[in-house]
Order: sequence, then C-alpha cells, then structure tokens
Amino acid sequence: MRIIDRRENPKGKNLPNRQHFMRRTGRYIQDLVKESVRKRNIKDIGKEEKVSISSESIREPSFHHARGSGRRKAIFPGNKEFSRGDRIRKPQGGGEGGGKSGADDGEGHDEFAFTLSREEFLNFLFEDLELPDLVKKSLKEMTALKPRRAGFRRDGTPATLDIGRTAQMALGRRIALRRPKNEDIEELERKIATFGKLDCLSSEEENELEALTRLLAYVKERQKVVPWLDPVDTRYRNYEEYREPNTNAVMFCIMDVSGSMGEREKDLAKRFFLLLYLFLEQCYERIDIVFIRHTHTAREVDEDTFFHETETGGTVVSTAFIEMKKIIDERYPPSEWNIYAAQASDGDNYSGDTATCVLLLGKEILPLCQYCSYVEIIEEKERDLMRDETIGNELWMAYRTLAVDERYAAHFAMKRVGKSSDIFPVFLELFEKKDAA
Amino acid sequence: MGNTTMENRTPLFTSSDWDFETLEKVYKEIENVALNDLGLDTYPTQIEIISSEQMLDAYASIGMPLMYEHWSFGKHFVREGNLYRKGLVGLAYEIVINTSPCICYCMEDNTMALQALVMAHAGFGHNHFFKNNYLFKQWSDAEGILGYLAYAKGYVSRCAESYGMKEVEKTLDAAHALMNHGVFRYERRTKSRLDKEEIREERRRENEERTFNVLWSTLPRKGKEGEASEEEKEIAKRKKMLNLPEENILYFLEKFSPAFGPGENWKREIIRIVRNVAQYFYPQRQTKVMNEGCATFVHYYIMCALHERGLLTEGAMQEILVSHTNVIAQPDFDDPRFNGINPYKLGFEMMRDIVRISTGIDQATNKPCSQEQLDEDKEWFPGIAGCGDWRSVLKDAWANFRDESFILQFLSPYLIRKLRLFEIFDDEKSSYQEVAHVSDDAGYKAVRRDLAKQYDLGLIDPNIQVVDVDLRGDRLLRLEHTIQSGIQLDDKDRDMTLHYLRQLWGYDVSLESIHQRSGETAYKIVAEAEGIKVSK
Repeated sequence: MRIIDRRENPKGKNLPNRQHFMRRTGRYIQDLVKESVRKRNIKDIGKEEKVSISSESIREPSFHHARGSGRRKAIFPGNKEFSRGDRIRKPQGGGEGGGKSGADDGEGHDEFAFTLSREEFLNFLFEDLELPDLVKKSLKEMTALKPRRAGFRRDGTPATLDIGRTAQMALGRRIALRRPKNEDIEELERKIATFGKLDCLSSEEENELEALTRLLAYVKERQKVVPWLDPVDTRYRNYEEYREPNTNAVMFCIMDVSGSMGEREKDLAKRFFLLLYLFLEQCYERIDIVFIRHTHTAREVDEDTFFHETETGGTVVSTAFIEMKKIIDERYPPSEWNIYAAQASDGDNYSGDTATCVLLLGKEILPLCQYCSYVEIIEEKERDLMRDETIGNELWMAYRTLAVDERYAAHFAMKRVGKSSDIFPVFLELFEKKDAA
Repeated sequence: MGNTTMENRTPLFTSSDWDFETLEKVYKEIENVALNDLGLDTYPTQIEIISSEQMLDAYASIGMPLMYEHWSFGKHFVREGNLYRKGLVGLAYEIVINTSPCICYCMEDNTMALQALVMAHAGFGHNHFFKNNYLFKQWSDAEGILGYLAYAKGYVSRCAESYGMKEVEKTLDAAHALMNHGVFRYERRTKSRLDKEEIREERRRENEERTFNVLWSTLPRKGKEGEASEEEKEIAKRKKMLNLPEENILYFLEKFSPAFGPGENWKREIIRIVRNVAQYFYPQRQTKVMNEGCATFVHYYIMCALHERGLLTEGAMQEILVSHTNVIAQPDFDDPRFNGINPYKLGFEMMRDIVRISTGIDQATNKPCSQEQLDEDKEWFPGIAGCGDWRSVLKDAWANFRDESFILQFLSPYLIRKLRLFEIFDDEKSSYQEVAHVSDDAGYKAVRRDLAKQYDLGLIDPNIQVVDVDLRGDRLLRLEHTIQSGIQLDDKDRDMTLHYLRQLWGYDVSLESIHQRSGETAYKIVAEAEGIKVSK
C-alpha cells in the first residue's frame, strides 16, 4: 500500500477541455453576448455574465430508447397501498419516470446554464480579437493633494492629539522614573494609621513610625515631581500631503444621431463607448457617464434614449461641445474630476460649423480633458479607401490639424472604424501608453 | 465476530483530522479484517489524497486520472462544477479506478473517520470486485489501462497538431455518439492487451490496407438478369468475409470504413481508442449494483469489526454510520427525491440478505429467523440456505455474476417484501399504468425477473446491428434495429447519431427498424449527405 499526496499536483486539468467546450459553444454564446450588449446598460456589461444555452448545441446524441415508448415493465420500491391490478392514471405529459428509459437517457436538461467570466465575455464580444492586458495600461492621471497619516509628532494642535500613543508614552516614562503608585501611598498611610491607634509607642515603634512618615513624605513629593502626564509625553498624529490619483472620472459620450447614423453605426459606437467604459473602470473608483447626443442641437440624455431613439435634424457638432462645456462647468470641476470624452460620428457636419468645432475643442475642451477621442464610423466597403489618414471629409481634416498639433497630440486621437472587428485595434491604438505622460 | 475476541484496545484515532501516519495505521487494521476475516483478494492499493478541485477534474474525465482532450469533458466539468458550487450535490468522498495497483482518490476534506470508511470501501470493496469479477477479468486490462490512456491522450493531441483540433473533434464526436455500440458483448477470440496497443498501432497501416482492399479494389459488377442466386451467393460470401452481422458498430467502422483514405488512418485509430475506452467501462455499466453493493457491504462489515474491537471511537462510528446511511438511502417511488433504485441500497441489502440466508440469523435484529422464514429460504435457495459459510457464497457471487444474473439468482422474497417492491406495467397507448405485481407469493418471481431485466444492458441499449454493406455501387451501409416490446428509438438522437455514422462511413447509411415479434418493418430511414430521409 502506498499513500501519495497529490494535492500539490497542478489543478485545472480540465482547462483545455473547458476551452474546447467554450469554442464549441462559441457561436451560440456569441449571439447571446451580442444580444446582451444590445439590451443591457453599458455599466452592466462586462460583469460576470450568466448564459444559458440550449443543450441542443452541445448535445451528445446516441442511439437510445425513447422515453415512455412501447410496452414496458418497471420495478419501483416503497409500495404503500397498491395491489395487483390497480390502475394509476398517467401523469400529464406521459413521463413515467425511472424504469428502463431513465438509465440510458443522456440529456435531462433542456438548458445548460453557466457563468462566463468577464474575460470570456469580452473575448466573445470582440470575437476574433485577443483581449490584451490593456486594462493594466494607465494613462496620465490627474493627481490631487491629499493628507495621509504618517506616524506621530511631538507637537500639534489639540485636535490631532493621539490619546492612546500619549498614554503609552506616559506610562513608559512613569515606569522608568519609578513614579510611586497611589496604592503605595495608601499602603503607607494605612500602616501609619495602625500606629496612631496605639496609645503608647515603644522606641522601636517610634523609629518605624518616623521612617514611615518620612517615606510617605518622600513618596508624595516624588509623585509630584514625576507627574502623571508630562508635556514630553504628548504625541500628535502626523499628516503628510501626498499626491493621489484622482479616483473620480467622468466620461462624455458624444454621438451624432442625425438620420445618417443607422443601427450599424450606433452599434459600432456603442461598442467603442463600452470599451472605453470598461477601461476607465479599471482605473477609477467612480465613473459617471454623460451621454450627449446632437443633431443641429445638443442635449444630455439617458443611455436608453442615447442609443435607441432617433431624431431628425441637421448636424452641428459644435453644439455638443457647448453642451459638454456647460455640464463640466456645472457639475464636474476639472480639479476634482478626470474628464474623458469620446465622440462618434459618421463625419458629417454643417459646413460652416467645423471651424467653430476645432476652436471649441482646442481652446475649451481639450485643456480640461485627460483625453479625447474621435471615432469616425465609415462604411465597411470604404475601409480600404479610408486607410490613408491624410484624406477625409471636412470634419476629419479639421480634427487632424488638432491631432498633429503637438500641443494636443497627447490628449487627442482620432481613428476610423468600419466594422466591429476594427474597434478593438483602434481602441488599442487610441489608448496606447503615452510617453508624454 | 468470528475469530476475534473483544479486546479493549485504544482507538486508532480520536481527532477528526487525519494525518499520513494515522492513515497508514488505520489502513493496516482495515487490511487485517479484509484479508484475514473476509478473505478478500485485492490488487495492491494506492491511496492518493486530492483536493476538491482535483476531484471535480476527475469527475469530468469519467474518473480517469488522464484522458484525451474533448469538449464533452469540459461540458461535464462545467455542469458538475455548477451543481457543486450551487450546493446541489456534494462531491464523492472517493473515486476508485480499476487499475493495478488500484488507485483510490480520497478527498483531503474528509475527516479521519471518512477516510477510514473510504479506504475500506474503495481500497478493499471495489478493489476485490475489480480483481475477481469475471467481467473485469475478461474484458478490462487493469495493468494496462493507465499506460493506454497516456498513449491515447498523446495520440489524440498529436493528431490535433497534425490535422487540426477541428478534424479530430469531428471524428471524436461521431465516435462518442456510437460509444454504446462500440463494445463486444460476448467473449472475444483473444483478450486484447492494452499495453500492447501501441506496438499494434505501429504495425497497423500495412495490415489495415490489406483488409480494406476488399472495398477499395474494383467492386463486383451487377450480374445479368436471372443470376440472382449467384448474386446472393456473392453477398453471403461477402457478409461472411466482413463477419456480418456485427453489433460492434465502431469496430466495423474501424476495420472497414471506406471513408478514410490513405493518410486518414489516424481516424481509425481514434475510433479504436474510443472503442477501447467504451470496452473498458462496459463491465462497470453491467455491475453497478454488485460493485457498489460489494464495496458498501465490505466497508460496513469492516467498520463494524473495527468498532467492536474498540479501534473506533463512538463518535467516529457515529459519523461513519451517518455517511453509510446516506449512501444507502432509498426514497420511495412517490418521494420527490426518488431517482430510480439506488444501486448501493439494492446491492448492500442483497448481500446482507445472503448472509442472513446462509446463517439463518436476521441481520437487523441479530436474532434467528422464524421457522417460517427459514422454510421460505430453504424453498427458494436450497443451495445456500443455512450453509453457514456466507463468505464463500458472497465471494462466489462477486466473482461470477453481473447485476442481471445476480438479481435473478439472489433476490429473495424476504427482500422484495422489505423493500416493498412492486411492478408497473406501462403501455404508451394506454392512459393508465397498471400495477402488474406486488410483493406477494404471486409476484415474487415476476418482480425478480423483471427487476433483473432492468439491469440487462442487452435490453437497455437498443439492439442495432450492421447487417450488410451494399457493395454494388452505392456502398450503402445497412443497419437493422430490432424493436422489442414496441420500444422505439428516440428519433431526434437517432437522426443525429445516424448523421455522425454517415460521416464516419463516408457513404449513405440506412437504418431499418423491425418489430421483433411480427418481423414487420416499422420504418426505414436513410442518412444521406443532404439529410435524413424516412421511408416506409
């Protein structure tokens, strides 16, 4: 007989099998994931996702008997009152349970539910893309000065007095300097008092009494000299100022919702916003999302309206920036908030407005923002034509002057997206670690 | 307790935590009872301590320590993991593998008392059964299995590298669908030695090519009118050559499938691997009741023996009894927890009943059976009633029976009454089910016979055979399904499986379902490249 401890052996022997399983169910899960992206709020996406797939897709068929088919006999335990010849009405649906059919029936469940990890979910979302360690890349972050505890100091304001540490110091000092305790004094006084009860003292007793009285006087004096609490004992909490990354971020999603933006364009934009959100979520404790949509006027709306309601009108991009500036001034002071903006558009703009846009962006918006990105959504078939970044329509060309301007280059980036598989690489490029930071 | 005296010895352990030293000490005492009292004959044992995660891993690869990669194992892993995390099921305390040495996986979370129970259960109960039962002796090669699985795992992954996981998966999916029809039910000419498999595969190619040259070479031309008899002779000759009819479909595909041209012989090897794994597990499918019964009987006997000798504390024994009782729990048919007859319960009770019949002593009360009971036993089991030597009777049963024959031979009226077994007759055409038999004089024989049938894999698995290959042009593979008692195939799974079969055969496959009694054809379906076609 041998006893072997296998606990240290590698776990996860089934990881490859789980991956094979995921790959196999991939197509079905992908549909579900896409559906889920469509239906759910940006903030809910990317949490662990529970998926149910019909066991049909992962069925392992075999030749076996149909349940309840034919004429069969089955033995059951625990007879209570049946006698031979009794008849039992079949349960609705004809399932008789147990018996021969039970033994070889492969699949009992119609649905197969399991939980996708966040990573698996994102993998499915951007199907043929590898999800890199992108979340670890950090941007230049806004810092704020914050006080932080840093040990103790000997002086300070009463408000910062640390009682525990002060008492501790005092105790140490009292022990070191042998400060007499109150009990010691009481003990001496008690002893002296016993002499007081006697009428006549022997010389020996008198000597003792005198010694005790002297001792008492010394002890009392000593108590005064060595105080209970001395100014040298006091300790105050020390604070140090340090630069802390700001933990609040606000993300502005700006989208053109005029007629030229169809479902496809909106879906692509949504994926881009989603990625940005997932990314920021890694860096900040709290993220607010502000949705601004615009036609020829801009308005802050809720997420649902943002993605699902259409509006008709022209396209005046600058209105969105004015709206954004207004919201920043009202609610998100840049000293407290990291501001990010992402704009998605098909590139149309009212021709007279483009110059205003560039001016607004350069003078008003970019100085306030950590980062701004512009994503132009183009037709899939245009992808090759639009590879060259130096050509484009008016808005693109105008933005380009900002993107190549070195004052703004670290804060501003622009890309084109033609189909869903473009989004990730584009996103990655936009959010590459900036050396400038 | 036979040859042991009541010694007042100190318990082997008092703490519920186990350590390796105590495990060893307890194992020695268990072994003492197992070998010297029960007289068991076992493979050497290897106890392996694993974590719960590793236990889940082992679950998913059908209990084997290594297995080739396939998504279906991942699926089972996900499912078991879900159930476990939801707290719907506990994990098994152990998994035991029919190997030599016999490997028992014990969970690290088990208390010392449970480890003792598990060592007795798996290390001696299952172990003895594996080593002695005729089915295991005949069909599975305990020495070779681990080496073979290592080979299989390596082979499959090499194939995946060379031909792509997708291709390998396609073949595995199809072969898995036919797994239950990939075993030999009757004795083979030679017992295959799994450890020789690798050497055999080396020589495979040339052998194989010679064999299926039959199909690859020029096909027989259709004869002229009136020469039917010649033609029939030809078919008969060919059938004989192909050893038809053949119920081991995977074997037939491996040997004769024309789908795998030169360079695709690895697919034959993969089919063979699936077939060998199926064959290895075939004895276990046939001996669930006996195997679990044997292990449960043995652990119960040994634990009681240790307790009687003062080697187990009352607390430890209490814990063991709680686990034991859970294992053999049998909810009644109308209980929501009912999920068929519990093989542990049935096996354990039958084996205890054999002790009762042999000794005439009621095992529950430890008092002699009534005269009436003794008479009944004498009538039903003249060979063993009152013989006294229950150890020999049990060992003989463990060695020479499988579930079906064991029940047919040893299920007593006493036990039928005790479990209050009854028989339901169910006709799909009727809106009623009928109580056909209950536990009374008129019913014992029928209940015993029909319960035995419930464990007959020959009846559980549909009877499907390869009957002919139409070589005259279309290479149609003809299968015949014999319908017994009107029990049909599940048609959805049937069609999917046929589709897989067609993939492995490479040409159309037909399945004809024939009623056994009347010989009438119920339907005939053909799996073609375009899909499944049903004809009358």
